[in-house]
Amino acid sequence: MFESLTDKLQSIFDKLATKGKLSEADVNAAMREVRLALLEADVNYKVVKEFVERVKARAVGAEVMQSLTPAQQVVKIVHEELIELLGKPAPLNTSGPPPHVIMLVGLQGAGKTTMAAKLALRLKKNGQRPLLVAADIYRPAAIKQLEVLGAQIDVPVYSAGVQTPASTIAKDALKLAREKAYNVVIIDTAGRLQIDEALMQELEQVRLVTRPADILLVVDAMTGQEAVNVAEGFNARVPLTGLIMTKIDGDARGGAALSVRQVTGVPIKFLGTGEKLPDLEPFDPERLAGRILGMGDVLTLIERAQETINAETAAAMEKRLVEGQFDFEDFLEQLKQVKRLGPLTDILAMIPGMNRFAKEIDPMMAQDSLKKTEAIINSMTLQERRNPDILNASRRRRIAAGSGTTVQDVNMLVKQFREMQKMMKQLGLMGGGKKNKGKKGRSLPGQRGGFFPPGLSDLFGGRS
Amino acid sequence: MFSKLFGKKQEEKTQDDLKLEQSLQKTRAGILGRIGSIFQENEITPELWEELEDILIMGDVGAATTQELLAATRTRVEREHIKAAKDAYLVLKQEMVKLLQTDEPLHIEEPRILTVVFVVGVNGSGKTTSIGKMAAYYKRRGKKVVLAAADTFRAAAIDQLKIWGDRAGVEVIAQAPGSDPGAVVFDAIRASQESRKADLLIVDTAGRLQTKYNLMKELEKMRTVAAKQVHKAPHETLLVLDASTGQNAISQARAFKDSAGVTGIILTKLDGTSKGGAILNIKRELGVPVRFVGTGEKIDDFAYFDPVSFVTGLVGD
Repeated sequence: MFESLTDKLQSIFDKLATKGKLSEADVNAAMREVRLALLEADVNYKVVKEFVERVKARAVGAEVMQSLTPAQQVVKIVHEELIELLGKPAPLNTSGPPPHVIMLVGLQGAGKTTMAAKLALRLKKNGQRPLLVAADIYRPAAIKQLEVLGAQIDVPVYSAGVQTPASTIAKDALKLAREKAYNVVIIDTAGRLQIDEALMQELEQVRLVTRPADILLVVDAMTGQEAVNVAEGFNARVPLTGLIMTKIDGDARGGAALSVRQVTGVPIKFLGTGEKLPDLEPFDPERLAGRILGMGDVLTLIERAQETINAETAAAMEKRLVEGQFDFEDFLEQLKQVKRLGPLTDILAMIPGMNRFAKEIDPMMAQDSLKKTEAIINSMTLQERRNPDILNASRRRRIAAGSGTTVQDVNMLVKQFREMQKMMKQLGLMGGGKKNKGKKGRSLPGQRGGFFPPGLSDLFGGRS
Repeated sequence: MFSKLFGKKQEEKTQDDLKLEQSLQKTRAGILGRIGSIFQENEITPELWEELEDILIMGDVGAATTQELLAATRTRVEREHIKAAKDAYLVLKQEMVKLLQTDEPLHIEEPRILTVVFVVGVNGSGKTTSIGKMAAYYKRRGKKVVLAAADTFRAAAIDQLKIWGDRAGVEVIAQAPGSDPGAVVFDAIRASQESRKADLLIVDTAGRLQTKYNLMKELEKMRTVAAKQVHKAPHETLLVLDASTGQNAISQARAFKDSAGVTGIILTKLDGTSKGGAILNIKRELGVPVRFVGTGEKIDDFAYFDPVSFVTGLVGD
């Protein structure tokens, strides 16, 4: 199977973790694997070389040899160096008098048009008055696309057809912004190759007439070794002030981010995390480095949980859990909430240590199993859900027929449910599930008692 | 004996071959193009192999495929007692061609009342553009082509396809944005069979990342809709892959092969610099052949993929 960088480094350090002390040879072996993993993650060749040298120099040194847990130390060093390499997060440039011009540049298909709308939405939410500018006069329907997106988020779009040169459009848009007091102007430029002389000149002209506060290079997370040439090519003609990495919600390992950051030296500012317009996150090096290293991304998970899970329902359920009154209705509610969080494997991958399980679970199977469980519970009467004790053979046959499953499936679910119930009761007795709300700690979501009942993961693992 | 495979005379080269080679000239100026120059030395040294390894990895060929390609080439060089670097160079190119060749024919031009082709891929890979070019390509070859706008999700995707339809001079069957893509496929097939009497229907689908379970399921549904109406449809499912994609290309090809039954690849944006190396990986890992390449922004910047021309274009003569 194709492993992600996270998995690879994890397996390397698993091997290291089993050993007591690290010899220089151990470190060398690990570094070879790190090198390969980074290359497979599309990190640029030269960047990898430098990175590995730096980590090795620190790892083989006394610092590691004398420490009690050498393996942890190596992970820490790699993590720190990754954070170092990824650089500090940076906000949009807001110095100087408004309107601030943001120019988005990049290859075809990197996601500039979508990103322009995402930035506009974000700025609007922050109380700014953004104006979108459709300066892509080459790609068919690019202007229309920006207009449709602008309408969706209720941000005005300036366009002047496909006959007007991009620099004229940009200049006129800036004039309009001054007249109508828009304080941020986001220019969506056409996708182009960094070696396309005519189009690069066009970018220079747009830059000259608008004097942008920010020129952001939009880079697809899936880009390979070419990312370095792209970044250097654009940076040479229009000095970049930041990077935006898009399509980070796929399984691309995004090594391009490391490379581009390294060769240009400009900060990564945002990450595009989905197809919908609110799917934009400020870049956080610690998080990204942690994700790369398989340390999980609990912060993201907690944030997402807070966004999607209804606080009142969660509190009510917590109470029922503590009182040991967990029934199939609660179970169904939990399933729905978990489903709302996103694909299961994504969720598991965000929990430290769970990443390896995430790999073993076939996402299709897990989703199907989830669906099956839901169907079975939906086929129960309310009375049966509230009081599972009355589920006799006849009722189980009916439920199986109603949900398109077998009696064995129903039996298995009931059995798993009983085990969960037992565990919940124990937790309740131990005083678990106490509220720790408002404490945005690094505890596992499962410990909050609100969702992720113990045993739920067995349910997915057990059947796939 | 080595030059046989690469010894096509200029006049034997087809238009497609020439276009492919031209578009790869910039590539040759880039990373993989350095391969030719390192074989300029007379002797085959260990340093030469190391340098080759570095170049292949930098060209997105991937660590595993690089190792395999090197091993295969070195084994043959030793077994056949090859001494001159320029002969070893030919062996390398032959091994690269081997990685790309396929015995499976392309099922688009087979005699059939209606051929249905699905075009799938991640966001921004160039599906709509490729479809426009492909429509023009088959129209030139005497086919009556109809396009189905089944990307009902992305803003203005339907308009974009309609503009390409106008340029290629073919009809586009579309519904309103946000409508069910399965229904669009259904309508488009009906229209192609009945009123339009088309030979070839090309279906544009919404871009989707291969990790999005529900969207991949949607593709399955669209395939089912097609299969119910036309025997064995879709006859080809082509994955559009951006040539600047790195190792994620494998993940994309695998996922789309599993859930969308991808049978071939359209490699796009091949007019950049150090591009296309990842393609050597895909055929080896998944057995999916490249069928077409997109080589520029104009409507006729599109060519049938030939492994020999590709390798020549990629690394030089």
